Amino acid sequence: MAQPEDLLFSKEHEWVKLDGDTATIGITDYAQNALGDIVYVELPKVGATIKQFSPVGVIESVKAVSDLFTPLSGEVLAINDALENDPAAVNREPYGGGWLLKLRVADPNEAKTLLPPADYEKIATE
Amino acid sequence: MPTPPSDSRDAGVPLIFELGRRGRANRYLEEGKPLDAFLPRPVLRDELPLPDNSELDVVRHYTKLSQRTFGIDLGFYPLGSCTMKYNPRVNDAIVAVPAFAQLHPFTPDDLAQGALMVMYELERSLSSLFGMAAFSLNPSAGAHAELGALLIAKKYFKERGETLRDKVIVPDTAHGTNPASAAMCGFSVISLPSDERGRVGVAEIRKVLGPDTAVCMMTNPNTLGLFEESIAEIAAAVHEVGGLMYYDGANANAIMGYTRPGDMGFDLMHLNTHKTFTIPHGGGGAGHGPLGVAAHLTEYLPTPVVTREDSMLRLDFDRPKSIGPMRSFWSNFAHAARALAYLYANGAEGLKRVSALAVLNANYVRVKVAEFLETPYAEPCRHEFVASAQTLKREHGVRALDLAKALLDHGYMAPTIYFPLIVPECLMIEPTETESKETLDAFVAALRSIVETAKRDPEALFAAPLTTVVGRVDETRAARQPDLRWRPSAEGAATRIP
Repeated sequence: MAQPEDLLFSKEHEWVKLDGDTATIGITDYAQNALGDIVYVELPKVGATIKQFSPVGVIESVKAVSDLFTPLSGEVLAINDALENDPAAVNREPYGGGWLLKLRVADPNEAKTLLPPADYEKIATE
Repeated sequence: MPTPPSDSRDAGVPLIFELGRRGRANRYLEEGKPLDAFLPRPVLRDELPLPDNSELDVVRHYTKLSQRTFGIDLGFYPLGSCTMKYNPRVNDAIVAVPAFAQLHPFTPDDLAQGALMVMYELERSLSSLFGMAAFSLNPSAGAHAELGALLIAKKYFKERGETLRDKVIVPDTAHGTNPASAAMCGFSVISLPSDERGRVGVAEIRKVLGPDTAVCMMTNPNTLGLFEESIAEIAAAVHEVGGLMYYDGANANAIMGYTRPGDMGFDLMHLNTHKTFTIPHGGGGAGHGPLGVAAHLTEYLPTPVVTREDSMLRLDFDRPKSIGPMRSFWSNFAHAARALAYLYANGAEGLKRVSALAVLNANYVRVKVAEFLETPYAEPCRHEFVASAQTLKREHGVRALDLAKALLDHGYMAPTIYFPLIVPECLMIEPTETESKETLDAFVAALRSIVETAKRDPEALFAAPLTTVVGRVDETRAARQPDLRWRPSAEGAATRIP
């Protein structure tokens, strides 16, 4: 499927939506499909400072436990608490209600290392 | 065909807690003093609804359960990664002899020379077979031995003053327990990607090696069933920066008598007695995981160690550098006896034949399966190989999970699926050495017919298995809403002790 046009992507299948210096982060539709039914999501603490491409959480599906990598550095402003009771939201709406965390972006230049939708599409359909 | 209920309780066998009546248990002995004559009152839990069943009801209950399950005694069990080999019955017969079975753990050494000889001989045999200086028989599982090995590494580096070594390197073709054991010991884990041929590259590992390298944990052959050809160079590179090499013995069934971890350059290793030799598998029961070390690490082995002075064997606890015991008493001694019986029954040439047949059987099935499923690493494998249902999923919506479930309807245990993680829609198949050509042909034919069904009528597979006692279980619900404890019903269990 085509990727939403207003997002940036990492090679590890995370998406970023930038709004000023706030970034909303989630995993892509391709990622949720490959993982299968997600049963547990572990997210960093609000207020934590995280570094680009480092593991910041864990996503557990019936198939596997995978690290969640942050596509950008920054301070965690919010996490999606609703996923604690409803991790399936990541499967249902990976780009909507299944968002994972919001960051205050530390370095806007890091966004240049992420992929535009068309480039990510190539990776996801390989 | 009707779909059977997917919950075992609905299918006819109540739980042992739901059977029986108060006072029904056969009482062969006169009632003794009340429990609080022996134990302090606060530790007695009167609220526990312990079942109270007659002996006959208990026998019938567990016999029924045994008839509803599946094991290697009933059919082919091609589980990859965790070798599930047949345990010859003679090994159980050996440990059932009273001289072993009734030996008290506190028997003085001079009256337990036979049992100590079993431990000593097994330790010497393993050291010779795998090229290590010494083994400990103390850990009671493979992952337990992994933990012991990393504790040894930690102590070794601490005593050398090299406390900055906090990184453990684990390739993505390794077993899941490796990073877990490393994390338990406070190491941080570097995951190393394998190359397009499924191997660890020397150049790739050099990028992550440094003064902070503690241990590199590898499985060889790896979890793709492929032999790491650069292992000698990798070991040399790790040693060059002062790190230790750890061999995960999960796949040792492929190499016996052909190559040895010690010769490959490994400093530490474990074996899973159930995977490479013979003991009952899994189920959380008593396990056995011998832990091997090279000469510079023998002083760190867990206690006790069986030592020999002249003709006398004894349990040695006085080892100042030891990491201490990993287990109570002398660990699972009966498993050591089973393993030694297996080694003696096969002998050096027989063990080579075990590995040769395990590899031959895997390659026979691999080539046949490649006719109808993708095999991402198309080259001779060792004792196991991976196939992928990626194309089937893309074109017909049939996943590895559906193929695995459909195999149950054909009377086979499913192979491991979705592991290793680097192969999408992975099926990992390991036939082991004891299966006949007829069994392997029948398995391949069953898998072929399932793949044909997948292309013609994918819907037919989505409800599989249809013929097993328990139908397709809802794994997602089980993980999202785990219900792990039986509770008495509202009116109270019939057997509930007031």
